[in-house]
Amino acid sequence: MKHGKWPLIVTFLVPPVLLYVFFVVSPYLQAFQISTTDWLGYSADANQVGLANFKALWHDDYVWNALKNNAILLALVPVLTIGFGLFFATMLALGGRRGRAGVTGVRGGAFYRTVYFFPQVLSVVIIALLFKEVYHPNKGLLTSALHAVGLPAPTWLGDPATAFWCVLAVMVWSNVGFYVVLFGAAMSAVPKEIYEAVLLDGASRFTTLRRITLPLLWDTVQVAWVYLAIFALDGFILVQLMTNGGPNFSTDVIGVRMYDTAFGSETKFGYASAIGVVMFFLTLSVAVLSLRVGRRDRIEYS
Amino acid sequence: MNRREILRRSAAAGLLATPAAGLLTGCATGGGDKGDAETYKGTKSAENPLGVKEDAPLEVVIFGGGFGEEYAKAHEAMYTAKYPKAKIKHSATQEISKTLQPRFVDGTPPDVVNNSGASQIDFNGLVSQNAIADLGELLAAPSLDVPGKTVKETLLPGAVEVGSYDGTFLVLNYTYTAYGIWYSEKLFAERRWEYAKTWDDHIALCKQIKAAGIAPWTYAGLHPRYMSWPLIATAIKLGGPSVATAIDNLEPNAWKSDSMRAAADAWQQIVKDKFILEGSPGLDHKQSQTAWCQGKAAFISCGSWLESEQKDVTPAGFNMTIAPTPSLGSGDKLPFEAIRGTAGEPFMVPAKARNVAGGLEYFRTMLSLKGAQDFTKKVASLTVVAGATEGVELPYGLKTVVKALDASGSNGFNWVYNNYYRKLERNLVDAACGEFFSGRIGPAEFLDQCQKGADSIAQDSSIKKYKRAA
Repeated sequence: MKHGKWPLIVTFLVPPVLLYVFFVVSPYLQAFQISTTDWLGYSADANQVGLANFKALWHDDYVWNALKNNAILLALVPVLTIGFGLFFATMLALGGRRGRAGVTGVRGGAFYRTVYFFPQVLSVVIIALLFKEVYHPNKGLLTSALHAVGLPAPTWLGDPATAFWCVLAVMVWSNVGFYVVLFGAAMSAVPKEIYEAVLLDGASRFTTLRRITLPLLWDTVQVAWVYLAIFALDGFILVQLMTNGGPNFSTDVIGVRMYDTAFGSETKFGYASAIGVVMFFLTLSVAVLSLRVGRRDRIEYS
Repeated sequence: MNRREILRRSAAAGLLATPAAGLLTGCATGGGDKGDAETYKGTKSAENPLGVKEDAPLEVVIFGGGFGEEYAKAHEAMYTAKYPKAKIKHSATQEISKTLQPRFVDGTPPDVVNNSGASQIDFNGLVSQNAIADLGELLAAPSLDVPGKTVKETLLPGAVEVGSYDGTFLVLNYTYTAYGIWYSEKLFAERRWEYAKTWDDHIALCKQIKAAGIAPWTYAGLHPRYMSWPLIATAIKLGGPSVATAIDNLEPNAWKSDSMRAAADAWQQIVKDKFILEGSPGLDHKQSQTAWCQGKAAFISCGSWLESEQKDVTPAGFNMTIAPTPSLGSGDKLPFEAIRGTAGEPFMVPAKARNVAGGLEYFRTMLSLKGAQDFTKKVASLTVVAGATEGVELPYGLKTVVKALDASGSNGFNWVYNNYYRKLERNLVDAACGEFFSGRIGPAEFLDQCQKGADSIAQDSSIKKYKRAA
């Protein structure tokens, strides 16, 4: 095998690494460099300004407001999504108990699994437009439903008190399906005997979920957590299409701030890159932290 | 290193890649500057005052919005009729800034750009980077089909000023737009309502309309800056054009002048008395305009593009009509008829375009009587070319616009802070209007928030400031 090592490396490893360096690493380095300039984006001229952009960022209330919203998303989106995902996956895999021996899912599990996965098939843009209509203050699904039973309806995306939560709900809705399938797949790797034993011991569904499923699925949950955390720090597409950060900046997120600074109401590419650099470090720290904090011994079935 | 370790390390490496979406990719300031490589220049003559090279290609990028792109194709055909050897590359997009930004950096921008729409490139940024060609030569050139007049002499008053930055004419605003309050003549005739000329009468009329089961007002809640237009107009009519100059020049407390206070206090009435269609804060401009066309609301604030934007949903015989904002009282400095009229729909020739002369010549074609009449016919909007409506059958709404502009005459007014500082109107005043017209804040807080936005622009040393004379 020794003589066959280099051709393998050259053909399979070098091209992807080169592509990665060219398309991912080099733009990163450029963004770091641009963030120390006052580049306005429409000429090749830019002056070095050192850390002035970062200093300005520190005093930028709009950036802090966006970060605050991202922090709330970071706290809630992973918890809610993983919670719903685990619940649905458990019900699909083990929920059915009545009138039958052994461990089975609820009736029609395959159907539910498909339905839950629908949002994943739709493009995010379509989801955003779809929900813009659902939240239509006069003829949207939600308003009509509330009016039909005689309840008053808020203006949803038009009111700072509700807009943020409306967007958050869409984020959870659009993500849950994928994690149902992910957790479902992980659960099918757990030997049935374990569940049967617990069942014989008379454990309730909730205890089973907490004491058996969750520990055995820990690795998967952890991965889900990292992905969702990164998603929560971004959230750009949904927010930009549904509210563009409004009303009165109540749904603003850091990604929208960055986009608006470069391509929206201003052309400050240097400043926008500084926001990007901050975002990079935030995302990185969150990801590393959630891997560290969640580290546990892995259980291998053999 | 065991299998698990490898997995963990590769996962960590993968994490580095995931946030990539968050960073601006691919564009660098150090991009090659090819702008000086080769520019097309022909010899100037009486026939060819701008020095167009007759076989030089011309690239035109049009904003694919409410006006479509057919009118531009017609202008391009007129250009090639004069220069048959010139090849025109035409494209239309709604994403002007994203599409063109790399080309500006690269030094290879198109020759003509219709910089408009939601993804418009901020003009402040372009002007401060000297990215736009001076159009002075175009103004001095003779008109294509108005004998004995220069291009400048064929334009309506105000057209040059709006596109000028520190006295240099850089941006050709092609359409002539009036901003006012719109209503359906048909609805008003049926109900025997009459448009009110004073604010007190307007409030009384709103009461009457509400009693009839129709919401007096609606507005684009997701773009609430539409409502800043009638409010500022009310203040200018009360206090004179200096109210607008102060706002444009970012003078301290310009937003909190007595006139602005009086106007904000007045407009709060329609919020307090619930004269606004329920749910309006959640509607975008299309949704609110459609609700208005369906007769759910009586008034809406918009510019004269409204008629062509609503073409598909306006019922036959709706007869949309524009009117000036009501006067606050007899103390108003400007008469009731005064209306905001301004040149809009910006076109520019990038400074580094290879065929600058061709771009200017293309503008000369657009500004010919023939080009302007064709535009008005195709998209039902006025142009900045004087007399270009003659012999053109105008749709109902546009006729009322022409009438309103005629009546307003020399009392017409305008403001340009939205051109100077896009962020101030699009972000900051917009957010304040949203709070004010949904009733969450009062007039004093509204003006405070606007002033705070203006101050933040004034204090930002990275934004170039412009001043205009009164």
